[in-house]
Amino acid sequence: MIHFVLLISRQGKVRLTKWYSTYSKKERSKVLRELSGVILTRGPRLCNFVEWRGLKVVYKRYASLYFCMCIDPDGNELEILEIIHHYVEVLDRYFGSVCELDLIYNFHKAYYILDEILISGELQESSKRTVVRSVAAQDSLVEAAKEQTGSTISNIIAHAAK
Amino acid sequence: MLYIYMLGYDVDFGHMEAVSLISAPKYPEKQVGYIVTSCLLNENHDFLRLAINTVRNDIIGRNETFQCLALTLVGNIGGREFAESLAPDVQKLLLSSSCRPLVRKKSALCLLRLFRKNPDVVNVDGWADRMTQLLDERDLGVLTSSMSLLVALVSNNHEAYWTCLPKCVKILERLARSQDVPQEYTYYGIPSPWLQVKTMRALQYFPTIEDPNTRRTLFEVLQRILMGTDVVKNVNKNNASHAVLFEALALVMHLDAEKEMMSQCVALLGKFIAVREPNIRYLGLENMTRMLIVADVQESLKRHQAQIITSLKDPDISICRRALDLLYGMCDITNAKDIVEELLQYLNSADFTMREELSLKAAILAEKFAPDLSWYVDVILQLIEKAGDFISDDIWFRVVQFVTNNDDLQPYAAAKAKEYLDKPAVDEKMVKVCAYILGEYSHLLARRPGCSPKEIFCVIHEKLPSVSTTTIPLLLSAYAKILMHTQPPDQVLQNQIWAIFTKYESCIDAEIQQRAVEYFALSRKGAALMDIFAEMPKFPERQSSLIKKAEDAEGDTAEQSALKLRAQQQPSNALVVTDQRPSNGEPPPVFVGQLSVVKAPNMNNTEDHYSTELVLSQENGNLSQVDQQPPSADPLSDLLGPLAIEGPPGATVQYENSTVSGLESGPDVVDGSAIVPVEVGTNTIQPIGNIAVRFHALCLKDSGVLYEDPYIQIGIKAEWRAHQGRLVLFLGNKNTSPLVSVQTLILPPAHLKMELSLVPDTIPPRAQVQCPLEVVNLRPSRDVAVLDFSYKFGTHMVNIKLRLPAVLNKFLQPLPVSAEEFFPQWRSLSGPPLKLQEVVRGVRPMALPEMSNLLHSYRIAISPGLDPNPNNLVASTTFYSENTRAIVCLVRIETDPADRTQLRMTLASGDPTLTFELKEFIKEQLVSIPTVAQAPTPAPPAAPLTPQIPPNDPAALLADLL
Repeated sequence: MIHFVLLISRQGKVRLTKWYSTYSKKERSKVLRELSGVILTRGPRLCNFVEWRGLKVVYKRYASLYFCMCIDPDGNELEILEIIHHYVEVLDRYFGSVCELDLIYNFHKAYYILDEILISGELQESSKRTVVRSVAAQDSLVEAAKEQTGSTISNIIAHAAK
Repeated sequence: MLYIYMLGYDVDFGHMEAVSLISAPKYPEKQVGYIVTSCLLNENHDFLRLAINTVRNDIIGRNETFQCLALTLVGNIGGREFAESLAPDVQKLLLSSSCRPLVRKKSALCLLRLFRKNPDVVNVDGWADRMTQLLDERDLGVLTSSMSLLVALVSNNHEAYWTCLPKCVKILERLARSQDVPQEYTYYGIPSPWLQVKTMRALQYFPTIEDPNTRRTLFEVLQRILMGTDVVKNVNKNNASHAVLFEALALVMHLDAEKEMMSQCVALLGKFIAVREPNIRYLGLENMTRMLIVADVQESLKRHQAQIITSLKDPDISICRRALDLLYGMCDITNAKDIVEELLQYLNSADFTMREELSLKAAILAEKFAPDLSWYVDVILQLIEKAGDFISDDIWFRVVQFVTNNDDLQPYAAAKAKEYLDKPAVDEKMVKVCAYILGEYSHLLARRPGCSPKEIFCVIHEKLPSVSTTTIPLLLSAYAKILMHTQPPDQVLQNQIWAIFTKYESCIDAEIQQRAVEYFALSRKGAALMDIFAEMPKFPERQSSLIKKAEDAEGDTAEQSALKLRAQQQPSNALVVTDQRPSNGEPPPVFVGQLSVVKAPNMNNTEDHYSTELVLSQENGNLSQVDQQPPSADPLSDLLGPLAIEGPPGATVQYENSTVSGLESGPDVVDGSAIVPVEVGTNTIQPIGNIAVRFHALCLKDSGVLYEDPYIQIGIKAEWRAHQGRLVLFLGNKNTSPLVSVQTLILPPAHLKMELSLVPDTIPPRAQVQCPLEVVNLRPSRDVAVLDFSYKFGTHMVNIKLRLPAVLNKFLQPLPVSAEEFFPQWRSLSGPPLKLQEVVRGVRPMALPEMSNLLHSYRIAISPGLDPNPNNLVASTTFYSENTRAIVCLVRIETDPADRTQLRMTLASGDPTLTFELKEFIKEQLVSIPTVAQAPTPAPPAAPLTPQIPPNDPAALLADLL
């Protein structure tokens, strides 16, 4: 199973964290510190796996972002590597050629999508279309709700203007 | 808020808001609430309890989107309480046919989380049928999730789910033939690689496949995967297909397939470790290591040895590690020499973070497979030379141990040591080991050119200015020994060495100072020196602490435990000690008899410990451990013999005493490795460290380790307030598998009321369990509570009886008094039974400050200046118990500066029992020698002229650590 997912930018800024195993706040920041040190310093043509505290971290770099997932030592590394890629592809499809800025401004979307792909550290859905569809459905729900509140607010403003 | 959090700021203030948003009726608010909660909080957070009800309502509600949100939350951070209240509802959702696949797959994973976290809460009885049903699912998304669930269930209990097995094979077949797989579920042309991987993972949890048809189908599929995977251009396709391939390999290994298929696998892996793509190379090495479990591939793996060694030099540290592990695993007697030499060579260029592991492994291999001992010594010395800073002390202790135990090896080792010391820049560890060896054995070289004692001394002495304070004592010992071996005495050398001793007599480091003084004094004694500085006795054979260390360092993966298993199957038989049991005239039974006769008088507080040991040695007759006692006790009795005679004529009692202690040291030497009795014969678990010493240490302080063996460590932390105490036992499982049938029983003495909270039956791997224990003291007594502890590890049933440090002094509270308070009370308590006086003989000689420190550490406060005679101590303390409440106790100790071995003690308190008990207690502490068990050369209690050999003498250190 996946213990946690991290997105770290090349400058060491954390873009997304998701913890499937229980870590306290202190442990979380410690993990972040240690791992960004380990991963960001690795050269370009090395393998995508790092052994770390008896666990394995599978990471992959896309442009300026490192996607890292931490798994059990007996897990299947390549499988995880492809989950990462799968996630990136879904992001790509959703945002339309995704870039780091997309994830900074729409970080909540990144979380929603991740929730559709992974639950409790296991792959939930391997079909890109299904994932995108369900995220889109959520979005439309939000939009609908917004329109409602939006119209009520404009009504209030209209009232006040009178 | 999430954004603030991600930037690393503290967002505690918002947790409550987030949780309350969950119960908002509108979707966007709810969604935000859920997502923030599941990211910020972990399963143990208190706020989550507030949300349980809302979450439950969402789950059983009709709104699918709400259901999804709730399930996601539970799946990601659900803890025990969620499992208790939600598991049945989630199970229902998973099975209901009216739900959309979206909800069902989420509920499958949610259930997986709940089950994984709390297998005891989630009831999965009768789930086998339902799982079989679920595996018929058409929707691949649901199937993927269900398969994850199945993996968890099966890993827990494979027997119940055997009905799922054929289904899994069928799914796998369907995927491998890519029949009936919707387009959206193919990934770069591969039908759902993840599902394939998961299915094979699930299959690995079944021990074997009985049904021949299923087995055949499975093997066909595997064969197809193994053969049909090619390296392609597209990275992702490549990765995905190899993910499947490696999982297939794992499955093949698990199924113990036919030879043919195995060698196919080895060939494949051999191809992988030579490719350019680093990921594949890494995995190739890793899987080769796993493959070592299958015994007969070793030979075929050897063909790839050269390639593996090349990988060792890879710039990527992950790959290097794998290669090192693999080499370590595949090493045996035939290739040990090559491999170890490679490792040594690599040490020069290795990454710093790897050097320690590398040198440790090289040392173990060298020891395990050494074709001859001189080679082993060569390797270790080279190792120390190349990676001195990265080597733990254990490695050089070990080599010294071997040299000491093998007479043939000694001249060779000494010559080598000299060679290394001759080099200009030498690492400090190297100085240590060389100085030690030369000190012990340089006389064996005396005839060779350039090896006269004087020259050796010069070589060693050259290094003195550059070493740290921890090494200087070793050098001093070496000098003393060289001096002793120089026969006839060389006047110049002697003066030189004495000059050094005198110089260090005023050294600031106590250890160095003590040694300098003692060696100086001893070396003036002339011939008597021979006995004291005799060669170190042989060490008892023990398992190398290195191997244990390596095991500890390794994680708890399946592959590594397999390595461990192999390590156990191949004990270090290459190094059989030549002459381990010198014959001694004394037949063991007589020895034991003697022991039991002389033991009784002054051992009352450690009696239970020793009597059990006696039983042990009697029952086992001439157990090798008994054999080893005389040689290790020998120098001691030599030491004691003449000195005791030199002692004052009135000291016959003391002489007897010292013999007792000399003999006692016999069992004490063994003690470190002695079996915890109870089940003599079957029980082979050996405690680490000396139990008695640990107990005594804990009598003085409130936290520490009570007991330790390779499987468990029992720590104690105590708090004492007046007559009550609260101890916490920390039961730590040191292993990667659970300890079962854990039972603790407290046998409290009559004066203590003890209540132990529930101790779990099983201690999970590498976990620590805390068991609070409440103690109430009813009345004064010296009896000690006993903890009867047992557990089962594998087939070993281990039972240990440990004394708990809930002793008299824990209920004392130091109370300094002034003269005005003291004297009226002292006078008012006149004569027995409230005031008792006794002359104590055979006291461990100690200076007055030392004695007051001792009393102080037992929580008895010294009031200086109350007694006009400076040789007397006056002290006071308060005793608490439930029956008596606080009682003030007054103590007066009159010592005789001429004879430190006797003193007069007067005790006074308002309670006769307390007076008596406290008097006896203090007496025990003054007479007994709690540190005796630490070293094979203990300080005898009653020989006033005996040089106190410091407890951290190198010999003792070695014997202790090895």
